[in-house]
Amino acid sequence: MSGGLFDDLRDLYQEVILDHGRKPRNFRRLDDADRTARGDNPMCGDRMELFVKLAPDGHIEDATFEGRGCAISMASASLMTDTVKGKTQAQARQMGENFRALAMTGVCPDCGGDIADDMERLAPLSGVHDFPSRVKCATLAWHTLNAALDGGAKEASSE
Amino acid sequence: MDGHVAPRLNLDAVRADFPILAEKVRGKPFTFLDSGASAQKPRQVIGAMVRMMETAYANVHRGAYHMSEQATEAYEAARGAVARFLNAGDVREIIFTGSSTNAINLVAHSYGRGVMKPGQAVVISEMEHHANIVPWQMARDAVGIELRVCRITDSGELDLDDLAAKLADGKVGLVAVTHMSNVLGTVTPAAQIARMAHEAGAKVLFDGSQAAVHRRVDVREIDADFYVFTGHKLYGPTGIGVLYAKGELQEAMPPFLGGGDMIAEVFFEKSVWAPYPAKFEAGTPPIIEAIGLHAAIDYVNAIGMSAIEAHERALVDRAMARLPQIEGVTLLGRAQDRGGVFAFAIDTAHAHDVATLLDRAGIAVRSGRHCAEPLHERFGVESTCRASFGLYTTPAEVDLLADALHQAREFFR
Repeated sequence: MSGGLFDDLRDLYQEVILDHGRKPRNFRRLDDADRTARGDNPMCGDRMELFVKLAPDGHIEDATFEGRGCAISMASASLMTDTVKGKTQAQARQMGENFRALAMTGVCPDCGGDIADDMERLAPLSGVHDFPSRVKCATLAWHTLNAALDGGAKEASSE
Repeated sequence: MDGHVAPRLNLDAVRADFPILAEKVRGKPFTFLDSGASAQKPRQVIGAMVRMMETAYANVHRGAYHMSEQATEAYEAARGAVARFLNAGDVREIIFTGSSTNAINLVAHSYGRGVMKPGQAVVISEMEHHANIVPWQMARDAVGIELRVCRITDSGELDLDDLAAKLADGKVGLVAVTHMSNVLGTVTPAAQIARMAHEAGAKVLFDGSQAAVHRRVDVREIDADFYVFTGHKLYGPTGIGVLYAKGELQEAMPPFLGGGDMIAEVFFEKSVWAPYPAKFEAGTPPIIEAIGLHAAIDYVNAIGMSAIEAHERALVDRAMARLPQIEGVTLLGRAQDRGGVFAFAIDTAHAHDVATLLDRAGIAVRSGRHCAEPLHERFGVESTCRASFGLYTTPAEVDLLADALHQAREFFR
């Protein structure tokens, strides 16, 4: 890394985000997905397709995605699919609510309790709250997850 | 230029005219490289608009009182200034609209739906702004005209062989293409396109939103039937656009919008249209904006369009020397005749991440698809960053961009 022009952007682009952005986890189709949804940020060119496999009791057995977009949107989808695995749908939706608060304000008063560890994993993305035009990049994956859980082949947008 | 040396543009003096250029962004000098989206405004424009509101404002074409007469005179003087700016033969060939988009929609409605016949075709190109695509799709769906898309070459120039092929069956009623691409910077050979269109019996519209800002436009020399540009990219205000349209065409075209100012007589059974161009200016027009546009035209004329063109030519040469040298940076389009608009992708990073980094260095560029989604598909790229220059852009800013792009690529490696 040469020069220091962008050093203060390390709050936004933390190493974990750059890593997940470059090598997104769970980046594959799920052919036996029970729920899918497409997410699109038309302004940015971020596009993703999310796949969710549900267990018989309804909890999220597996979550994967494919798509193209900026480092923030890819890292967010990567971290999200990692963290919602094994959660009930209600828990996943609650995490999404909390994540949106985190992305918009940088803090999350309701991030304690049984999801505290998972929210901690998502915390590196909280830096986007300083970049209003980038918040929607971080939240796209969660909007898309809601659309998938709502059922149907809806298109989500965080516009 | 016949051995004539273009007057040089005094960059320091020009920059001092634009108050916003003294602003700091994130503690750094404001490096504004997004004039292609909307240009900044000089004091001369701001002052003219404020003076109008403070000393000479009333509605136009209505009041039999001093202020209204004075406002009408100023509004019509702005029309005269636009006519001279484009070298139109008749001041009545200038229609004021709300924007370039409005102007193209006016033509798509009044000419595309009102004059063209079902079965006739409109030719656009692959490098159009959405504003010169969507209105024609709407006209196509409404009245059954055909929409043909002329290809561009890999270097980003209009494929004139394909244009000839698209014109060959004589069914084309209108060729509507950009005079300068808002993504590739390509300047199209307007006079040649007009000749080809006319020989095939078609009319021609040029979207000059970018071109009119960067070089002298002569609508009679290129023989345009319609020519469109907007105030806010020409250092003027938002909310005003211009449609140049030949008188005989305006005569044949039905109005676009109905309302006050565009009628001669109104009865409940019917109305009689006012003569052109009033027929196309329904309602209270953008009066203050017209005064601002007049001031902007006076401003660029005082500097000289040839001096502006020479200055920007030097910036383009510098950018062409520096940007392609940066490892991992790919420029979209390599047109021979181009203006100061550069779209590029970086191999290690998405356009939005690059734009966020550049913003941290005080550099404003646009990122995304720049209202030209089909063009990005054409080049197989998801999105790009775009740097665009204005008359106040400095060579040092071009260098700063190049240095910052190099560091941005390293940052994401």
